[in-house]
Amino acid sequence: MKTSHPARVSTRAMAGTLLAGALALSACAPGSGQSSQPAGTSATPAAVETDIASKGKVELVVWDQEVRGSQNDSLVALNKEFEAKYPNVTIKRTSQANEDLQQQIALALGGNEVPDVIQVNNARGDMGQYVTAKQLVDLTPYAAAYKWEDRFPSSVLAKTRYSADGKTFGEGNLYALPQTGEVVGIFYSKSKLEKLGVSVPTTWEEYFAALDKAKAAGELPMVLGNLDKWPALHVFGPLQAHYVPVDKIVALGMGNAGATWKDDANTQAMTQFAKWGSEGYFGSSPNGTGYDAAWASFTKGTGVFLPGGSWLGTDMEAVMGDDLGFIAPPKGVDGKLATTGGTGIPFGIPARAKNVDVAAAYIDFITTEAAMKTIATNGGMPVLDTKELAPATGVQHDIFTAFATVSEEGTLLPYLDYATPTFADTAGQGLQEVLGGQRTPEQVLEAFENDYAAFTG
Amino acid sequence: MTTPHSPAEVKVRRPRERPSAVVRSRAVPYLYLLPGLAIYAMFMLYPLARTVTYSLYEWSGFGPSVFVGLKNYVALASDRAFQAAIWHAIILIFFYSVLPLVVGLVLASTLRRGQVRGMGAFRALIFLPQVIALVVVAVAWRQIYAPDGGLNRLLGLLGIHSDIGWLGDADLALPAVGIVGFWLETGLVMLLLLAGMTRIPNEMYEAARLDGAGAVREFFAVTLPSVRGEIATALVLTIIAALKTFDLVYMTTRGGPGAATTVPSFEVFNRAFNYKQLGSASAVAVVLTILVFVINVFVSRIGEERGGRR
Repeated sequence: MKTSHPARVSTRAMAGTLLAGALALSACAPGSGQSSQPAGTSATPAAVETDIASKGKVELVVWDQEVRGSQNDSLVALNKEFEAKYPNVTIKRTSQANEDLQQQIALALGGNEVPDVIQVNNARGDMGQYVTAKQLVDLTPYAAAYKWEDRFPSSVLAKTRYSADGKTFGEGNLYALPQTGEVVGIFYSKSKLEKLGVSVPTTWEEYFAALDKAKAAGELPMVLGNLDKWPALHVFGPLQAHYVPVDKIVALGMGNAGATWKDDANTQAMTQFAKWGSEGYFGSSPNGTGYDAAWASFTKGTGVFLPGGSWLGTDMEAVMGDDLGFIAPPKGVDGKLATTGGTGIPFGIPARAKNVDVAAAYIDFITTEAAMKTIATNGGMPVLDTKELAPATGVQHDIFTAFATVSEEGTLLPYLDYATPTFADTAGQGLQEVLGGQRTPEQVLEAFENDYAAFTG
Repeated sequence: MTTPHSPAEVKVRRPRERPSAVVRSRAVPYLYLLPGLAIYAMFMLYPLARTVTYSLYEWSGFGPSVFVGLKNYVALASDRAFQAAIWHAIILIFFYSVLPLVVGLVLASTLRRGQVRGMGAFRALIFLPQVIALVVVAVAWRQIYAPDGGLNRLLGLLGIHSDIGWLGDADLALPAVGIVGFWLETGLVMLLLLAGMTRIPNEMYEAARLDGAGAVREFFAVTLPSVRGEIATALVLTIIAALKTFDLVYMTTRGGPGAATTVPSFEVFNRAFNYKQLGSASAVAVVLTILVFVINVFVSRIGEERGGRR
């Protein structure tokens, strides 16, 4: 650069002025530009109105993530029925993949144009933060008006309950209602088991033995595609219940105080998981395999077992037909069935929604007994009446039965990433590291504990 | 610009009426700049300033915010996740900038010298990765790097048995992502250099040859000094690309395995949308912007030194 001459100084000064001007323009505190409905009071509706027909013309804006085949079909059907029942209501639906939706919700709740109904993830990182910031309507008055507590088992409602300050997860106010059920279990290939001479495992010991037998026979014992970080949570979650009592897992998974990751039971679980990784029970590189690539290769004959969620059933059955089976993981250390699972992403109402009463009526409508039937006819797994609505045969029969049995007789454990706003990342990273042998089970549990303890205080 | 007016130019000028006071005013040039500036300010300066403001707050993206001063920046100083991300970005500079520059120089000077037949086709082929949408690139490479993917099959053909998941190995994942970056950027670098090299007059090579220079000598004495400006441009572009890599990492590894491939932009995204720590995310973004700026001021000086061709 040459020596600066006056012209340059003045441009520099001007650039400085410009930047300062821009700074001044934007100097107001973030979040202060929102229309100032008193957020503190708007979270609880003043009066509950269930007469929707008298509401006049209403456009109900619904943001959902039911983009896949059967889920989309059933919501389309239910929306049509709702509009037929209330001709004064038009539903304006936007659906997108869940990950996108959750980010959109975070952005939308910060602005002034909010939808009326949103499918909001239960986790502390999502619903929990919105509750704390008073961005969601407390549905408790509607639950009384529509008798939702008679309709839903309390264990299901617990997954959408937070205390008003967002500190406690699992009890307190009700913030959303789910439509569908989800259960994480173990898929298996019937022909592979037959070839190995192994029967469907009913205890963890039998499961471990079956894995060893598969490995000895040169088969891949379990299929896992963990490139995207989160799939391992669905393998570790059920395994954890073999070692750790249910109430401890629930506390850890919901980020409530009173448990620890650094006890013997969790160490045993994590050590077993690490052993599966280092000894090749998931093949040469679970961390280098994509989630979809993994289950696709399972349908083509790779592997004996595939630990995974019920949502995979439809697509895998389309290829494997009757060869595909599904079980809930064997009974846990408490002697009861316990596995990761719960509900599909539940429907809630933003605090600044324009049509709260209509939104509540809509949520009521899509979770009635009749709605559950519509969901089942369209191929989804309803959260209620699951056993009655189960198909007679096939893997869906297995899945429906497993869900019903666990939710009625056992415990649906929370997804571990519900625990804290950062736990999805902490857990995803840690499980990858333990699988790949980058870190020891103790180091990873230390990281888990730090995240959990920092949050619960 | 310091070229003096040539006499011819002066002679052509005809005497005109004196321009009005408005036109003569010193503010006029700036008035011409105003429309452009307004757009630039709206889409660049304002968001930049807004990001700086956010970085001084603790805010989840909705609801109230708390002013915390420089706390977010102070926290970064001891934030190992952030430092690892910066370190990974620096490693990526090697794959995105240095390696493409070396290979690009060799390729371009070969094409320049050889007057290869079908040069257009080669150029297009090498440039092709730049044209493909990054998401498509990422999906394709994900499959190539899979345990049963193209790379391992290729190794198999060469007699090397491998079932490594390249993106899933803690030591290999970052270089694997880097190689994709190398593949992406080489074409761009080569094209830039080639454009510079074709402008070198043949006489200069002839002169060098008369003085008894071989191909290598020719390269260092004639070619390299002549494309100094292009090299600086290529470095600036590719270093920016390396430092702000996001889509590639997001689509291939999500920063994994563990945290082996996190990069600053990914940290920004993760903090803003997953952790909902807008303040911290903005602080990372601001630091990243400053880093990009500083490195590039430094690099563009390489181009300005001595020759001053640009």
